[in-house]
Amino acid sequence: MNSPIRYRQLIQLILAHLRQIIREPGVLFWGIIFPILMSLGLGFAFTKKADVYRDVAWVKEQPARADSSGSALEIFLKDHQIKRSSDKDGDICYRITLPDDKLGNTTYTVRVMEWKKAMVLLKRGNITIILDEKNGRLEYHFDPMNPDAQLIYLKLSGLFTNPALLQRPSNPDIRPMTITGTRYIDFLVPGLIAMGVMMSIMWGVSYEIIDNRAKKLLRRMVATPMKKSYYLIALITVRIGMNFIESGLLFLFTWIVFGIQVQGSVPALITIFMAGNIAFAGIAIFMSSHTAKTEIGNGLINLVSMPMMVLSGIFFSYHNFPEWSTSIIRAFPLTMLADGVRSVFIEGAGFTEIAIPSLIMAGTGTIFFIAGLKIFKWH
Amino acid sequence: MTIASPVIEVRNVFKSFKTVQAVRGIDLTIYPGQFVALLGPNGAGKTTLVEMIEGIQKPDRGEILILGKSWRGNEDELRKVIGLSLQETRFIDKLTVRETVKLFASFFDLDNSRIDEIINLVGLDEKRKSYVVNLSGGQRQRLALGIALLNEPVILLLDEPTTGLDPNARREIWSILQKLRERTQTSMILTTHYMEEAEKLCEQIVIIDQGQILKQGTLEELLSDENRDQTENPDRIPLKTLDDLFILLTGRSLHE
Ligand SMILES: Nc1ncnc2c1ncn2[C@@H]1O[C@H](COP(=O)(O)OP(=O)(O)OP(=O)(O)O)[C@@H](O)[C@H]1O
Ligand SMILES: [Mg+2]
Repeated sequence: MNSPIRYRQLIQLILAHLRQIIREPGVLFWGIIFPILMSLGLGFAFTKKADVYRDVAWVKEQPARADSSGSALEIFLKDHQIKRSSDKDGDICYRITLPDDKLGNTTYTVRVMEWKKAMVLLKRGNITIILDEKNGRLEYHFDPMNPDAQLIYLKLSGLFTNPALLQRPSNPDIRPMTITGTRYIDFLVPGLIAMGVMMSIMWGVSYEIIDNRAKKLLRRMVATPMKKSYYLIALITVRIGMNFIESGLLFLFTWIVFGIQVQGSVPALITIFMAGNIAFAGIAIFMSSHTAKTEIGNGLINLVSMPMMVLSGIFFSYHNFPEWSTSIIRAFPLTMLADGVRSVFIEGAGFTEIAIPSLIMAGTGTIFFIAGLKIFKWH
Repeated sequence: MTIASPVIEVRNVFKSFKTVQAVRGIDLTIYPGQFVALLGPNGAGKTTLVEMIEGIQKPDRGEILILGKSWRGNEDELRKVIGLSLQETRFIDKLTVRETVKLFASFFDLDNSRIDEIINLVGLDEKRKSYVVNLSGGQRQRLALGIALLNEPVILLLDEPTTGLDPNARREIWSILQKLRERTQTSMILTTHYMEEAEKLCEQIVIIDQGQILKQGTLEELLSDENRDQTENPDRIPLKTLDDLFILLTGRSLHE
């Protein structure tokens, strides 16, 4: 068949997919607003110092003798004129504030209560640590695996041995690293971009195909002279185009708000971004090649995307995972894409660094695409 | 006078799914300009047969020729001359009627004038800017019919084009098809559960059940055949309608 006809098919198919996307309000939210909100929420939570408030239970020892001068903690409170007040339950409590201009102030509300009540609050997660005294000696009860409780223990015990910490206008020990590229937000944004690509292609290509098959629309379209590959090409083209726009907007936004920068080569960034899109497009075609049940599509997408979301170092680095697992994790396409984009963003990487992962991703995508087409069910 | 060669030839076709034999040895020949109704209860094999003719499903055994050609190797050519509507198709929800027709028109390389002509033909002018998702059942069926007619097909295959529609909406579709019959040489196969539809639109009626053709011919032929038998068997009440015939042949009514 002569080509102009076929181009008209392609253009109309692209228009149809595009219209469908932009007319779906969910797309705007999940594709554009949600990643921006995520970057805002996580970016501020981890970049800005924030004041911390923690409740601590104190199970007071009954004074053995009437003339008892009180426990170590009582003496500390008295010495530093920490006033007694009452908490929201009406119990006696003391508020100790550790000032810190770098980490943010921490306020501990030491609430006096019975052991039984302390246990209830601990189980509910209201408190993570219980203080009590044996013979005037302060003891800390907490789950040693709980990092929050650990921190409270370290800070409080440090304070009791060095009360000067109560009046320290400025913390001279900490030199904050706020250079672009070293903050959490710098780590996060490339991850969000990679995740956005994966999710958008999984749902926008895989689910869309399965849904069209379930609706018998696929069958209806191939019962015309439509060129089958154009249907897939149009779907993928529109998605990749949308991904450029969505990622671009996320970058623009985080550049304005957080001053995110691309330190490496922009053409290299575009290359690895495209390669990631190709990888996921191929996988998406493969995943959607057979089933006509949207429930199965749903499950398949979650099955493939969830482990990668958790393991691929989107929100936190996978380098703390056991050695044997990191080599597997590195082989995930999402890891490759996130690491690649991140290396260009914050490590200043160029073509030499991203060439191999780009080739692997493009190759993976192509293989899955071809395999998917071989078994693709049009009817 | 030469007899026109058939547009559709179905020869001894079989098709099974895992546990069901959906079509069991069907022969059917359709000539240019003929309108044929496939009449049968649920599960009779109508859709399976029609989809094999459409080249969407492959027969296990037997042969199907469209304009003297088999599907294998001639798909590109045959797709251009066939118009069809499937038993249940949903188009893209958030495209307008006109955009949907335009999309399908692009598959056949048709221009805008044909798009507007079709929308007018199926009476959707007022709905051209409505999203498909907001159409009523009848309007959706008319859209599907319009798309089936886009390429001025030589062969039109409609699978239950009026099922679920109210009598008015049904009649609107009938009148579109009747006009088509008067003005063109298009051949049509239509599947239906409605006797009235078969009687009104089609000169040939094919009654099928359990994957086989029980009887075929014009309405008069079908009824008089049975009534002739009846003269030898005078206790039987004479058949007046297709419904009666159907119950006689299958032991059950069309609408169960
Ligand atoms: N894809 C399939 N897989 C398994 N069985 C099928 C499939 N398609 C049809 N069948 C079975 O084949 C038989 C014929 O089905 P078909 O759809 O052709 O009937 P029909 O005459 O069109 O019925 P209806 O009037 O309900 O549309 C039925 O028993 C049906 O269950
Ligand atoms: Mg059917």
